[in-house]
Amino acid sequence: MSEIPHDLKYTKSHEWVRKNSDGSMTIGISAHAQELMGDMVYIELPEAGAELEAGNDCAVVESVKAASDVYAPVSGEVLEVNEALNDNPEIVNKDPYGDGWMFRIQPSEEEQWEELIDADDYEAMIASEES
Amino acid sequence: MPFIPHTESEIKEMLAIIGASSVDALFDEIPAALRAGDLTKVPPALNEMEISRLMHKRAELDGRYLNFIGAGAYEHHIPAAIWEITTRGEFYSAYTPYQAEASQGTLQLIYEYQSMITALTGMDAANASLYDGASALAEAVLMAVRVHKKSQKILMPRTVHPVYRQVVHALVKNQDIELVEVDYDRQGGHVAADALKNISGKDFAALVVPQPNFFGVLEDVDALTSWAHEQGMLVIALVNPMSLALLTAPGQWGNNGADIVIGEGQSMGVPLSSGGPYFGFMCCKQQHIRQMPGRIVGKTVDLDGKTGFTLTLQAREQHIRRSKATSNICTNQGLMVTAATIYMALMGPQGLKQTAAASHANTRQLLKRLTDINGIESVFNRPYFHEAPIKLDSRATDVLRALEAQGIVGGYSLSEHYPELGESILVCATETKTAKDIEQYAFHMERIISKRRLDPPCAVKVSNTTPV
Repeated sequence: MSEIPHDLKYTKSHEWVRKNSDGSMTIGISAHAQELMGDMVYIELPEAGAELEAGNDCAVVESVKAASDVYAPVSGEVLEVNEALNDNPEIVNKDPYGDGWMFRIQPSEEEQWEELIDADDYEAMIASEES
Repeated sequence: MPFIPHTESEIKEMLAIIGASSVDALFDEIPAALRAGDLTKVPPALNEMEISRLMHKRAELDGRYLNFIGAGAYEHHIPAAIWEITTRGEFYSAYTPYQAEASQGTLQLIYEYQSMITALTGMDAANASLYDGASALAEAVLMAVRVHKKSQKILMPRTVHPVYRQVVHALVKNQDIELVEVDYDRQGGHVAADALKNISGKDFAALVVPQPNFFGVLEDVDALTSWAHEQGMLVIALVNPMSLALLTAPGQWGNNGADIVIGEGQSMGVPLSSGGPYFGFMCCKQQHIRQMPGRIVGKTVDLDGKTGFTLTLQAREQHIRRSKATSNICTNQGLMVTAATIYMALMGPQGLKQTAAASHANTRQLLKRLTDINGIESVFNRPYFHEAPIKLDSRATDVLRALEAQGIVGGYSLSEHYPELGESILVCATETKTAKDIEQYAFHMERIISKRRLDPPCAVKVSNTTPV
């Protein structure tokens, strides 16, 4: 199983969240999620400026074998999306925690960060899913 | 030998293996009160001889008429080769096979069809077809709302086929999509520029542009397309594929072309057959392809580098995306598309152009002959394709009935959907009508109209007894 970065937090639906120094949060899907999906062929991103609500679907990842929704881990306004994924969706497979980030959000409810899953618990969760 | 694979003994065997007492027992989970019960309106099964007899009887009810009605379904000559080939065993199936890639011939045919339809409409991509023109328009409305994201309102001109508008309403009314009617110009029969002036573009996802419109009239498609795009709306082009042999392809309308193109494909080699089955076609710009419903066949290479065909972009479809699929319909009208593909291939661009031009010329001749008759006038003054309304000084339904008695279907009465046009009928003469046919229609029309004017019904008896 691939390394799960400890500076990030996670969701049950396999998104990851990074807290940036300016208070914004960057969101992507975990290495485990991209492994399950297989080769990405298309990523539909939210629009910059869109208001997202935690738990609602806001993006779609489509691979050769499936299409799946991405859910907003926290509420807030989309500041920026990773336009590079439009032409090269396979970046999500190659570098899910780095260049494969999907969008950056300005959280409206800071405390939602605390409700996210930490790396150890996320690791335990996928281990139990696989067993 | 039964054609249904589940014989009584097989059903018993299967039930025994899974340990169920009866087929009904499998549905125990559904409360009895919610079950529909028996199908009381379905008659008992008929054998082949009985059903054949019944169907012949019903087919004869259509009768044989000299046909001058269009209004959405058009009588064109279908060369014998088309259905001879379409009904060959290799093609004769209504569906794309479930293991689609095992049927390379079927997929190649659909790929050729998609290529021809995109060439005709000037668009980037086409799907493998939909049920018919009306449901294709409904799918286009749903697609436009998905693409636009910000608005759930659609501008629907009254020059769009009234039945299509009803179908769209039925399919989208429970999805919070609002259809806003746009009136037409009473002189031109096209979408009125004034009607669009007061519309704030920001509130609408798309404008539907019919070409030719239901009246047969040509809309000012370039101006409408550019106007809609300036307002931030998409443009849904509703076109007759036969007309595209002569008219500008929707992909070239205005500055940027239509975004979604749909229409009824019946005029491409599909017989009228009492109203169906027909097929709808749908094309779009490349950037919207993931929002287009239905099957799409792509061309690829196999492991050995040989050309092959495959269903592509299936992640949009219901078997993968479930409730979030682009549509709950991902099938296509395979057999009708087979006929249309062979028709287009056999006719070629030149043949389609000749057919379209002959239909236009015949309708012009028909209109000239009819409007020369005292008591008949043209309704609109704009150019038309192969259909146009005429206004009568007698009751349209009575005149149509009198023509029918002479073996002529004289047109489509507009009074139900357009009462403001008075006693008007929509007439059409395709390439199948000869100069003699047109003369025959004009002769009977003149006779009927003048008789009704000179001898009102109460005088009929008197004039019959008057010696000549």
